[in-house]
Amino acid sequence: MVHNDIHATPAAGHRLIVGRDGLDALIAALRGEGYAVIGPRVRDGAIAYEPVDSTADLPIGVIDEQNGGHYRLNTGPEETLFGYTVGPHSWKRALYPPRQSLWTAARDAEKGFTIEKPDGTPPRQAFLGVRPCELRALGIHDRVFGVQPHDAGHGAQQFTDQGYAARRAEAFVVAVNCGRAGGTCFCTSMGGGPQAEGGYDLAVTEINRNGWHDFLVEAGSEHGRAILDTLPGRRAEVYDVQAAQAVTDAARGQMGRAMVPDVADLLAKNLEHPRWAEVAKRCLSCANCTMVCPTCFCSTMEDVTDLTGERTERVRRWDSCFTLDFSYIHGGSIRQSTASRYRQWITHKLSTWHEQFGTSGCVGCGRCITWCPVGIDITEEARAIHDSTRGTAGGTPEGTNEGRA
Amino acid sequence: MVAIEGLGRLLAEHPFFQDMTPEVRDIVVGCCANAHYRPGEYLFKEGGKADHFYLIRQGSVAVEVHAPGRPAVVVENIGEGDIIGWSWLVPPYVWTFDARAIEQVRAITIDGACLRTKLEANHELGYQLYQRFIPIMGRRISEARLRIVELTTDAVY
Amino acid sequence: MDGTLPTRVNASPAPAPDPMDTRPFRIVRRIAEVDGCFTLHLRSLDGRPLVYQPGQFNMLYAFGTGEVAISISGDCRDLTTLVHTIREVGTVTKALAKLKVGDVVGVRGPFGRAWPIEEAYGNDILFVTGTIGLAPLRPLIHEVLHRREHFGKVVICYGSRGTHDILYEKDLHRWRGRFDLQVHVTVHSAPSGYRGRVGSVANLVKIARFDPEHTTAYVCRSETMTRPAVQALHERGVTSDRIYVTLERNMKCGVGFCGHCQMGGSFMCKDGPVYRYDTIEDIFTVREL
Ligand SMILES: Cc1cc2nc3c(=O)[nH]c(=O)nc-3n(C[C@H](O)[C@H](O)[C@H](O)COP(=O)(O)OP(=O)(O)OC[C@H]3O[C@@H](n4cnc5c(N)ncnc54)[C@H](O)[C@@H]3O)c2cc1C
Ligand code: SF4
Ligand code: SF4
Ligand code: FES
Repeated sequence: MVHNDIHATPAAGHRLIVGRDGLDALIAALRGEGYAVIGPRVRDGAIAYEPVDSTADLPIGVIDEQNGGHYRLNTGPEETLFGYTVGPHSWKRALYPPRQSLWTAARDAEKGFTIEKPDGTPPRQAFLGVRPCELRALGIHDRVFGVQPHDAGHGAQQFTDQGYAARRAEAFVVAVNCGRAGGTCFCTSMGGGPQAEGGYDLAVTEINRNGWHDFLVEAGSEHGRAILDTLPGRRAEVYDVQAAQAVTDAARGQMGRAMVPDVADLLAKNLEHPRWAEVAKRCLSCANCTMVCPTCFCSTMEDVTDLTGERTERVRRWDSCFTLDFSYIHGGSIRQSTASRYRQWITHKLSTWHEQFGTSGCVGCGRCITWCPVGIDITEEARAIHDSTRGTAGGTPEGTNEGRA
Repeated sequence: MVAIEGLGRLLAEHPFFQDMTPEVRDIVVGCCANAHYRPGEYLFKEGGKADHFYLIRQGSVAVEVHAPGRPAVVVENIGEGDIIGWSWLVPPYVWTFDARAIEQVRAITIDGACLRTKLEANHELGYQLYQRFIPIMGRRISEARLRIVELTTDAVY
Repeated sequence: MDGTLPTRVNASPAPAPDPMDTRPFRIVRRIAEVDGCFTLHLRSLDGRPLVYQPGQFNMLYAFGTGEVAISISGDCRDLTTLVHTIREVGTVTKALAKLKVGDVVGVRGPFGRAWPIEEAYGNDILFVTGTIGLAPLRPLIHEVLHRREHFGKVVICYGSRGTHDILYEKDLHRWRGRFDLQVHVTVHSAPSGYRGRVGSVANLVKIARFDPEHTTAYVCRSETMTRPAVQALHERGVTSDRIYVTLERNMKCGVGFCGHCQMGGSFMCKDGPVYRYDTIEDIFTVREL
């Protein structure tokens, strides 16, 4: 069930026009309800998601410049709060932390060992500034971690990640629609767009009318509506909604990149393709792309034992399919070559994810392009394969007659 | 010659000789004899002149490698209905393994030396024999390779 | 609207058992097997038995060292004892090998898809395996024998390296004594005078008696050796939709969260490790997938 269809007739009180003070009131209200509010801040020359106390902490007047392997913050229109697009962080850090302690165990003469689980009370977090692509990424993780059932499990048992589920259930989501496409964005070709379509408690659109600066806030849940009702502002009129629509329409028109059509099928049919070796010459196997990707979820398990050997902790950490160890089985790793690891990553994102979770694993946020030290571009790699098959998804590449060896 | 006729029928029914033209089959049948081996008896020995091949009708034969000072090692056994021996077809016509009956073995031996002399003159005979032996050789080679893989990779299963 | 948008999750999650929790099991018996293998008989300390189906595996935890995926090897009708046969190869399996009767291991599971049994009702059954591959198949063999009346011929084709590393030799011997079971054992090499078969497991498939058009085959071999086994089955006329195989990948979580066991569009821990061959046939030979 998805709440708040934007095309439905708004009931009174569903949409509000607020000023910056309205957003401060929102942050205060959330803090009043016990939420830690996490939002965008400038940190080390990039936008990071960190605790914020008020709108003064937000990246005021900051926009980003992004391209393959390139990221820089610049001065943007004065007063804008949400002029930036997406940075290296994503909300997965908050819902699926890079390091999680699963339990600790202590030796026990009688029972062998006893297990103690960390306090299971999830943090109460409110996310301020969740971009539409990030909302979709949350929806994808909900499937991956078994919060949202999906039919792509082919009848296999579905487990639920208890920690994720608990944090997710607690999270309050304030989406922010995009007024600008980032330099590496391509969400529209991934079935998304710069306007949130649901899955939030509140959604904000920043509107700048000839220097007149305010925000359209819409509720997407009961809880969101209750908070919205307490904010200072005025009821949104049709022309406000139209102005907000114009904001996201402008962003939609700015997408500089696009994913080729039918990419899932295209990659599935080209597992043996000379392009893999070609991209492997550039790829450093550094795993940056997987760390910044809002949907990548691979992890590993480590056992950390204290010096006495009496106590041990089981830790779950982010991992990446780009490492050699990732596919290790006794005797050697399955994916020895960089080519095979790049292929694993891109085919998972764009192709096999559908088989597993009934959706693409890519939302078109462009992070992997921006943060790749050598600027490898997922859209360009897919396009190269697409073009080599003379535009027919599933053909064999020109110059080779082999399908699969 | 009743005996040859009997052998001829036996050969004709064997998959190895299926679809052989009658003329060629007659030549091969002319080089055949029945043989019988007691358990432990050698069909042939490594280093010996390879002048025959064998069609096992009953019992099984161990292919062995001789190891000085130790008991021989069996590397394969050949059972009923199988053909054994292709060294007669490939210079220098010398056996590279021992073949020993594990139990009572009844076989048809085919005189390769006699066939060899006819191959030069009769290419059709040569073609039909190679056609049958090459797949056997190919299968044995790929099987041997796979077994090397199995013995050398430390597969958990 | 795109199906991947998140839905507000407001209710606290039901207190389902956490798949990351390991349960303590005590070692009640330890059997040294052939070829660096050992079998552990485990009994749960929390009083709850571990209910599983043939082909499923557990994540076994050696205190302080780590966890590994190990198939269950007992009879799934015996809920008092959990049986695992393990080959000592690396860090964790070596730590498990050091444990003695009375020691405790952690168990998470059972995970993974089982060997389907009912699909084979009315058919002949062929088990194709070698060395320690018999371990994950043994629960299925037990179960097929429990339900013997549902099947035609039942054939076991088993291969080992030599005559001294035949796993579960006692079981094989007992099964061989049954009139309703064909047991073919082959070894790679043997001392002269050995009266058994010497050669590949694929060769056993060639000589076994079964009706290829009505046969279900269960193959449990290393990935490299699965290929010739499947080829031999194809040559006999057993089609891919009646062949089940198991595969192996690195596994960290066992429940589809960690990504380590991925092959193509499946996570081996929950979509496998048992696969019907026709469902993976076209990616099976793609290297480094
Ligand atoms: C579904 C499944 C069932 C299995 N059943 C059995 C069984 O019944 N008996 C048995 O002896 N073995 C079985 N294995 C193999 C067993 O999991 C590995 O031998 C074991 O993980 C090796 O761990 P190690 O720490 O001793 O070795 P190391 O070489 O030190 O391994 C280090 C790490 O690499 C990974 N790893 C290494 N080898 C493998 C492998 N073969 N498979 C998966 N991950 C690996 C593990 O994460 C391990 O912790 C099974 C594997 C899978 C996937
Ligand atoms: S694959 Fe790249 S563009 Fe797609 S969601 Fe991940 S980081 Fe964003
Ligand atoms: S594609 Fe780029 S970011 Fe990803 S591993 Fe290769 S070099 Fe690193
Ligand atoms: S073992 Fe973690 S996803 Fe399969």
